[in-house]
Amino acid sequence: MLCQECQKREATVHLTKIINNKKKEIYLCDKCAQNKEELNFGKEGFSFNNLLTGLLNSEFGTDTPNSSLNLNYNKKVEEECENCGLNYAEFSRQGKLGCSECYIEFENRINKLLKKIHGNNRHTGKVPKRTGGVIRTRKEIQQLREKMQDAVQKEEFEEAAKLRDAIKELEEEIDE
Amino acid sequence: MSITGKINNTLNKWMKASGPDPDVVISSRIRLARNLMEVPFPNYASDKEAKRVIDKVESLLEEEDNDFGLKLLDLEKIPVLEKEVMVEKHLISPEHAEPGQHKAMLLTDDESVSIMINEEDHIRSQILFSGLQLEEAWELGDQVDDYLESKLNFAFSEEYGYLTTCPTNAGTGMRASVMVHLPALNLSNQINDVLRAISQLGLAVRGLYGEGTEALGNIYQISNQVTLGPSEEEIIENLQGVIKQIINQERNARKRLMKQNKVELTDRIYRSYGVLKYSRKISSKEAMKLLSDVKLGVDLGIINDVSASIFNELMVLISPPALQRLTGKDLNSSQRDEKRANLIRKRIREK
Repeated sequence: MLCQECQKREATVHLTKIINNKKKEIYLCDKCAQNKEELNFGKEGFSFNNLLTGLLNSEFGTDTPNSSLNLNYNKKVEEECENCGLNYAEFSRQGKLGCSECYIEFENRINKLLKKIHGNNRHTGKVPKRTGGVIRTRKEIQQLREKMQDAVQKEEFEEAAKLRDAIKELEEEIDE
Repeated sequence: MSITGKINNTLNKWMKASGPDPDVVISSRIRLARNLMEVPFPNYASDKEAKRVIDKVESLLEEEDNDFGLKLLDLEKIPVLEKEVMVEKHLISPEHAEPGQHKAMLLTDDESVSIMINEEDHIRSQILFSGLQLEEAWELGDQVDDYLESKLNFAFSEEYGYLTTCPTNAGTGMRASVMVHLPALNLSNQINDVLRAISQLGLAVRGLYGEGTEALGNIYQISNQVTLGPSEEEIIENLQGVIKQIINQERNARKRLMKQNKVELTDRIYRSYGVLKYSRKISSKEAMKLLSDVKLGVDLGIINDVSASIFNELMVLISPPALQRLTGKDLNSSQRDEKRANLIRKRIREK
């Protein structure tokens, strides 16, 4: 199909507009689509970072990074990471954090943001041996507890007792 | 080096189409993002700090034997063209190929493991396998990760898992992706429905060269979107399940086409084959389109005198940087189109 605007190039963009319940379909080529303001396909247009920054800024009730800022917004945004000096406004613009401490410095907001992005804010996957020693053990204890309860339910008390001792041992290990 | 030597030098495992389900799945990839606890993320690190990351990795290689055969490469010292070929082979990202200080990588001889240092994160390990081998790739990725972690302190929090520069990668830091060839779904106009369903399942679909690129040669990359919450195994299971369904749908679409439009399909495949066999000039876009038809022809048993891996190979070999590297000199686009046609003719005849 040819582009409806220029009638020269192949139409590659298919746009469906619904205004007042009336459906209108438009077929455009790349070039004409780029010129259409409503599509905003330009270089500065739609990108992953825009999406992310949109998420970040919607927290403050403003739609775009350029919206007029109220005082409250400014105050919140001036928060800085003590470790690397990144402020939250800069993060909102780039979508990139400055160091691992930023996750702690901006805890409240990062927490909400992660929930928005992943629909979840609790890691359940791999734990590194070095930096996650205690965490690893805690996870192991958790797993053993589940197994123990399972054993109790099945009335395998001998097995449950074994698991109980293993849990105790691990717990002592953490306390040391 | 002879031209064949150079070509072989350019090929790696995933291009040889030796993995499972090669008729639909081209490659499987696992990427793990990691950062060092004590250094700011690359975008915020000073020169000195960025160098420290490389130094730490270097001393790890010196102190701990690695069975993987990882070797450290300083990307500043590698010629531009060479780096572009690495991008075509999906060993490094386009950003990492751009000039800049303290960019490095670790690479194995067979190129199945490549680790970018100081890209968006300090360390990004990538495992690239041929065909559908996500579980195998994760197994190796896990081992490589354990090796790196034996000396390096990775930034990790109990709640958020591995801490990454961009919060979209936090948690497992894992992106699992599969590259699939879906010509029949495209020919039978089902592709958009399939792609829509995939994105509703929390997976991302992209063209051949990543975000925002078009699906040249009917090739799509499908990957997990969510990295925090599910475990690595759950992410892989989910992706694997979806891919298996896509494989079935593509195979069914092929069968249907063969049943209902056999003459049209066979005609299309042979025409494409004919053009590739005899053309004297060809653009990379046209070549990708025709190669997709020929691969379909090989996989359906219509074409028997070309090897199945030719598509995967040529996909990389006919890209402008690879052509440039093969001929060893700068070419304009018209010269490239000529060289490309020559290379394809030669390669197809060689079997």
